[in-house]
Amino acid sequence: MSGLTDLGVADIRDGLRTKEFSAREVAEAFNAAVDGADALNAFIVKTPEKALEAAEAADKVLADGTAGPLAGVPLGIKDLFCTRDVPSTACSDILTDFTPPYESTVTANLFGAGAGMLGKLNMDQFAMGSSNETSARGNVTSPWRRNDGGNAPLSPGGSSGGSSAAVAAHLCPAATGTDTGGSIRQPAAFTGITGMKPTYGRCSRWGIIAFASSLDQAGPMARSVKDSAILLESMASFDPKDSTSLDEPVPHWEGALNADLKGKKIGIPSEYRVDNMPGEIDTLWQQGAEWLKDAGAEIVDVSLPHTKYALPAYYIIAPAEASANLSRYDGVRYGLRETPDNGSLAEMYAATRAAGFGDEVKKRIMIGTYVLSVGHYDAYYTQAQKVRTLIAQDFEKAWDQCDVLLTPTAPSAAFALGDLSDDPLAMYLNDVFAVPASLAGLPAIAVPGGLDGQGLPLGLQVVGKALDEQGVFDVGLALEERSGFTARAEKWW
Amino acid sequence: MSVDTETVLKIANLSRIAISEEEAERLKPELNAILGWVEQLGEVDTDGVEPMAMVIANRTRMRDDVVTDGSDTGGNRRDDILANAPLAEHGFFAVPKVIE
Repeated sequence: MSGLTDLGVADIRDGLRTKEFSAREVAEAFNAAVDGADALNAFIVKTPEKALEAAEAADKVLADGTAGPLAGVPLGIKDLFCTRDVPSTACSDILTDFTPPYESTVTANLFGAGAGMLGKLNMDQFAMGSSNETSARGNVTSPWRRNDGGNAPLSPGGSSGGSSAAVAAHLCPAATGTDTGGSIRQPAAFTGITGMKPTYGRCSRWGIIAFASSLDQAGPMARSVKDSAILLESMASFDPKDSTSLDEPVPHWEGALNADLKGKKIGIPSEYRVDNMPGEIDTLWQQGAEWLKDAGAEIVDVSLPHTKYALPAYYIIAPAEASANLSRYDGVRYGLRETPDNGSLAEMYAATRAAGFGDEVKKRIMIGTYVLSVGHYDAYYTQAQKVRTLIAQDFEKAWDQCDVLLTPTAPSAAFALGDLSDDPLAMYLNDVFAVPASLAGLPAIAVPGGLDGQGLPLGLQVVGKALDEQGVFDVGLALEERSGFTARAEKWW
Repeated sequence: MSVDTETVLKIANLSRIAISEEEAERLKPELNAILGWVEQLGEVDTDGVEPMAMVIANRTRMRDDVVTDGSDTGGNRRDDILANAPLAEHGFFAVPKVIE
């Protein structure tokens, strides 16, 4: 039944209802795919028994007609989500063996809808990274390879690199991701899949290990726009346990999907044309605009003048919030503890954090501590938050002229593991197109558009108004229908 | 503005991360590269601009003044919570002695 792993979320849901296969058969097929893909290092914890248990429950409720919308759909879960009785470590050493006695709201929603869990997915440590190379569980290798025969191991993107690799390699029909400054969208682009960051506040942050709380959002990573819409419907909810959760009804996005864009205006922001961007990405961007014209939309040029300041503002705000959020890892309540001989409490804190955090995490905590310190707070942090206001205002003004924006997702195709690890600023630039929407809290989707000359996927991004996930999904669907992207990585693992 | 080794050691101490002088020397150029790059924000005219406080309009909610420590958030689950502690004694988190 190897064909089962080629099915997406909607295919599985619909096939179960027409009894083409059982949920148990689906779970067994994906469990086997996960087991056979250790070379990718995408799954760091496997939970085949959980997938089977959910499948058996699904087969029962499917028979008696009370099945939830995701009954029998097995998913991969990013290790940033706390899952009850299953280790949840943010791929760090400081949370090694941390086993939550509770379930995050998003995963509780998914499991409540009938989904099963295949296991926990690798990621950049505490979601800090754009290549999955900061994980304490080792790199994830992308299923994709260049067509030059060199077989250089490529990055699956980050921080949701285990999620992107697993979905692209058909180890799961879909996975959860989280996006603070591009961590769903850039890995989706690198691996030729679809990734959606909803409006800030749509998905509860409760039980998701915090990085930068004013930016963190969960979202789906899947192989189609429709599957992403189905998954987000279950992930999103109002949650009183998250003070920034939005008390808004969750629309039936899947049912309303409509790729007819007559009367819609698509903005092309001139500031997203950056230096040194490969010509193929610019060409795909223009092609994307043509596709949307073909779908009935009107293309308009818009300006987001503060775009170039988004990335530096992000690298003040996110580390500042991280330095506060990660202060909880002190070796007292959970996780690692290192106590020097006859060490004081303060020495225990410092030794624990030195041993438990990776280099990138330490660096960001220290940057955050510095920009929040007396004497520097206004020059760095307050200024960055003012620039953030200007960036959000840029989008507000753009909405006078258009309904959504079309941009490339990332400024390059996937790079080889190790290529950027010594150049943090070059690494940060991966998220140059993703970060502005994060700073403004706006919904944004990455959809695959085509392959570059080396045979690697390139993505297009659609950014919409707050709460207009529907508009973003619709434009994503119009792109998906016209790009006809069906390429997948040839199996080598 | 750039940081010197002494400042790196001070930031590390404020961050409660033990580092050696050698590590501070290694970190100094990395931190300075990032700080130098983010300083371009200084060229943006932000006179009269309010710093962002809430990215999507939302209201602060009041909740009923009742105990909400349900089964999911800790009510009567002391042992579950202590199970993740590196050291727990007599039903409490235990730490190195703080008073001589």
